[in-house]
Amino acid sequence: MADFNNEKILIKLVKAGICKNDKWLVKDVSFEIHKGKILTLIGPNGSGKTTTAKIALGIHKNIEGEVTSFAKNIGYVPQKINIDWTLPIRVKDFMILTQELNDEEIDQALKLTEVTHLKNRNLRNLSGGEFQRVLLARAIGKKPDLLILDEPVQGVDFAGEVALYEVIKKISDRLQCGILLISHDLHVVMSATDYVVCLNGHICCSGTPNDVAQNKNYQELFGEQASKILSVYEHRHDHAHSSDGVLLKKKL
Amino acid sequence: MMDDFFIRALIAGIGIALVTGPLGCFVIWRRLSFFGDTLSHAALLGVTFSISFDINISLSVFIISSLVAIILLRLQKNTNLAGDALLGLLAHSSLAIGLVVLGFLSFIRFDIMGLLFGDILSVTLSDLLIIWIGGGVIILILTLIWRPLFASTVNYEIAEAEGLSPEKYNILFTILMAGIIAISIKMVGLLLITGMMIIPAAAARNLSNSPKQMVIISVIFGLLSVSIGLYASLEINTPSGPSVITTSLLFFILSLFKLNKR
Repeated sequence: MADFNNEKILIKLVKAGICKNDKWLVKDVSFEIHKGKILTLIGPNGSGKTTTAKIALGIHKNIEGEVTSFAKNIGYVPQKINIDWTLPIRVKDFMILTQELNDEEIDQALKLTEVTHLKNRNLRNLSGGEFQRVLLARAIGKKPDLLILDEPVQGVDFAGEVALYEVIKKISDRLQCGILLISHDLHVVMSATDYVVCLNGHICCSGTPNDVAQNKNYQELFGEQASKILSVYEHRHDHAHSSDGVLLKKKL
Repeated sequence: MMDDFFIRALIAGIGIALVTGPLGCFVIWRRLSFFGDTLSHAALLGVTFSISFDINISLSVFIISSLVAIILLRLQKNTNLAGDALLGLLAHSSLAIGLVVLGFLSFIRFDIMGLLFGDILSVTLSDLLIIWIGGGVIILILTLIWRPLFASTVNYEIAEAEGLSPEKYNILFTILMAGIIAISIKMVGLLLITGMMIIPAAAARNLSNSPKQMVIISVIFGLLSVSIGLYASLEINTPSGPSVITTSLLFFILSLFKLNKR
């Protein structure tokens, strides 16, 4: 992490872990998240990615190790969110869930995730991709200095995934916040991240996307899929898709 | 025709409907209707305490219901039983204890029907004060905690991650529920209080597309149910509490037509 040392640290985990019923859910996790950088946690199912995020957020109490947070304002996109059908709630009601925002701030956040047109729609009538963008918009509404995104592209097709990661990159550039991104898919995430931590109950390897992709532990953990990753990473997209799937020529 | 007791009943009913409207919405959103039932069953125990120790009925119901609510929250954390089993356990055991204690109090003649179904036409001036002051306090607290309470209703983890301490507001909300039961038990009766909370809110759900709208419509339905129900009770001589609930059921049925059109 030497190359980040001059940047502002937002949150720092030192040998953090949590032990429940004599079983370690995650152990010895150390990393730092810096302003304006994206750190990605990858790992197989059950490897403790969400647990690690919750440790960082302070949701899990009774943890081992140390978590030091310097972030004043945290935005969170949880892994699972079900909107109960008994609850009538529009996108604009959802935007002010945890914070007071004026119309302008709501519009700005929705614009950044490209869903301004959904402002008056009911949350239950959104597609998977639209819903994830609204979740992102809500999390960035009050311009947080730290964003924690737990699998923000779930329920989205491949083209939509690429587009969403571009949105996340854009958020990082525009707001200059630190981002902790959790993902179990390997290909797309690599191009939109500064630092990767590969988790399997403990940190199995970490470094820049290229370092991790070439790491033996990583390749063992993910098997054959891993060897394809570099080609995907190096591959340049000459076009993109808008949220409704229309082909867009990318400005190069 | 507009007798004093009727006016008092109306003022009491309006006060209760203003509080049950917003609370009922949260009860529906948080799926707490059986929880409300449990608290009102426990209220019987509160009533027996009020008779035994000669303290105000609303005060003792409030204390006992809050106590049961807190025991329940504790048990939910520390046992392996599902929430509904715990609710049933507490509801029926506190009801049973209440009835047993009531059996010992045979020297007092007590109108058990009035207790179960309410007697809105026997409202005294001090009852009115309790309803309006207690109700005012409940609404004030609910307004103050609206955002964190609503956020933790929509998603507990977002609320917690973004520093709104949802646990605290969950407990506070159950206390507010104990409060509304305490101030309305004499009027609505312990078997009907939950209905008073959830039926107008359920009708409002079918007609609204935002949370605040649902609260407002729910209050309007509650007010209409109270006024029409009480008037009907006076005119055709039906029991008052059940008449109010039946009226709100009519609103719910009407709201279904709107729902089906969409």
